[in-house]
Amino acid sequence: MAIELKNIFYSYEKTADRAARVVLDGIDLTLSREDFTAVIGPTGSGKSTLVQHLNLLLRAVSGDILYDGESIYAEDYDRKGLRSKVGLVFQYPEYQLFETDILSDVCFGPRNLGLPEEEVRERAVKALEAVGFSDDDHTRSPFDLSGGQKRRVAIAGILAMQPEFLILDEPAAGLDPQGRREMLDLVRGLHDSRGTGIVLVSHSMDDVAGYADRIVALYGGRVVMDGTPREIFSQRDKLEEIGLSVPQATQVADELRKAGMDIPKGLITVDEVAEAILGYMKSHGGSAGRNRQC
Amino acid sequence: MPFIKAEKLMYDYESRDDDGNVTGRVHALKGLSFEVEAGEFVAVIGHNGSGKSTLARLINALAQPTLGRLTVNGYDVTDADRIWDLRRSVGMVFQNPDNQIIAGVVEEDVAFGPENLGVPSGEIVERVEKALGTVGMSEFAKRSPNRLSGGQKQRVAIAGALAMKPECIILDEATAMLDPIGRREVMEVICSLNRDEHMTVLLITHYMEEAAMADRVIVMNDGRIVLDGTPAEVFSQTDKLTECALELPQAALLAGKLREAGVPLPEGIVSPEQLVDELVGIKNTWQ
Repeated sequence: MAIELKNIFYSYEKTADRAARVVLDGIDLTLSREDFTAVIGPTGSGKSTLVQHLNLLLRAVSGDILYDGESIYAEDYDRKGLRSKVGLVFQYPEYQLFETDILSDVCFGPRNLGLPEEEVRERAVKALEAVGFSDDDHTRSPFDLSGGQKRRVAIAGILAMQPEFLILDEPAAGLDPQGRREMLDLVRGLHDSRGTGIVLVSHSMDDVAGYADRIVALYGGRVVMDGTPREIFSQRDKLEEIGLSVPQATQVADELRKAGMDIPKGLITVDEVAEAILGYMKSHGGSAGRNRQC
Repeated sequence: MPFIKAEKLMYDYESRDDDGNVTGRVHALKGLSFEVEAGEFVAVIGHNGSGKSTLARLINALAQPTLGRLTVNGYDVTDADRIWDLRRSVGMVFQNPDNQIIAGVVEEDVAFGPENLGVPSGEIVERVEKALGTVGMSEFAKRSPNRLSGGQKQRVAIAGALAMKPECIILDEATAMLDPIGRREVMEVICSLNRDEHMTVLLITHYMEEAAMADRVIVMNDGRIVLDGTPAEVFSQTDKLTECALELPQAALLAGKLREAGVPLPEGIVSPEQLVDELVGIKNTWQ
């Protein structure tokens, strides 16, 4: 099961206020349901535009997109069906909550699919459970919730459509550090337990390093890098050229290597880097314990 | 005289149900006392709901304290006659760049504040030029704000605040919606405002790396100040920060792990650069 993008071009039309601009410049990309894919890139690189193509919110000027082998641009394609299979969570989705209690809000999507009311409620309850709300919470007003909670309700609204792919545009933006981690744990959990394909747009390299299986970097509307976090973050120069960086832990490892310490390449987590530094220190006579007494 | 002086500051608000009936009182600030001197660069950190933004609103008299006393630039925030003097002396920049820009041309947007103050037009032109120069946006003066990046928009918002000639600038999560480049641009402007223009800066943020650039860090939790000190002092209190649902940056976590394993690193390391310097220093002592 995959979404295949074939040579996708997209440009804004010229208006009084702005010139025509190519936003996606020939994207070839296959997104597998098996993967937790992170899309990174500086502002204006085309990330949000790209993900809005996946459920037909935007339509490419040229190129084709296949969902499970079928062109979504085919005349008789079931577009409504696609929107329930590819759930898109926008940036700041909490601004889109509008019902007076969270259960009604989450019911909105599945009800629009024309499902029987019983199934609508069942799905909504399950979706809320998946994002950490119990039955007692159902009557709470979305407006009494914290920012992170509201965002989880908005995600439940998409989950209740039971999508095969969940696309999230900056789901952790504006959350505090603990909120960020909870959000990413939640997304990773949805992938691992439900088999939902994840495409996550993010600015935070630290977040991406710990959660994604695959990273796609966009620059100027093109895919410029594509690989595992380890592969991507071992190319620091290339990332910096396009205005991105590596996780802090990787940065420390790189600088130490430059300073002549024998630290392996491709380390991306705090634990890995700590282990490598301690290993180096032990093997070079500067045993940490002895050093302390100097 | 301190620029900001808070004494046992409290702020409550009523929570209401859907029909508007009062269901209880929320204690957003539970007795804060602190002072900020003119020219200080203070970061305020705390998780969502800790009271940081409420504090910013009180300082700019967008809300009134329930109890306690708060003076800003010598003005009592409850003194209705001086409210405009107070607001002129404290410029605010908020989170969402798109909610703060109103005019169709960058320089007109920056001129909006001084125009409202009745500043003579010749002086407005001067102020706008200077403010845009300070934030490095002079070349965009005639452009439409719509086409700027997030970081550029926030720099215009800062210029708009500067054109009012404030003594202090408060940034309420002003980098939260920006990408890493935009954040860096805005932080460079903030640091130079404090360093070169001696502006008092109150930086409310979630990012520890940003707080580490300040002279002083105040940690808020549940409406109270729980830590207040230099970045090194505050960031060495790992347990306390974790208790406040704050998470240290990777460089600090890494330093902590190495320290635990016996590497003689000083407390309070927050940036990758600091950590690398210390580790290279240790390595050099072996040779």
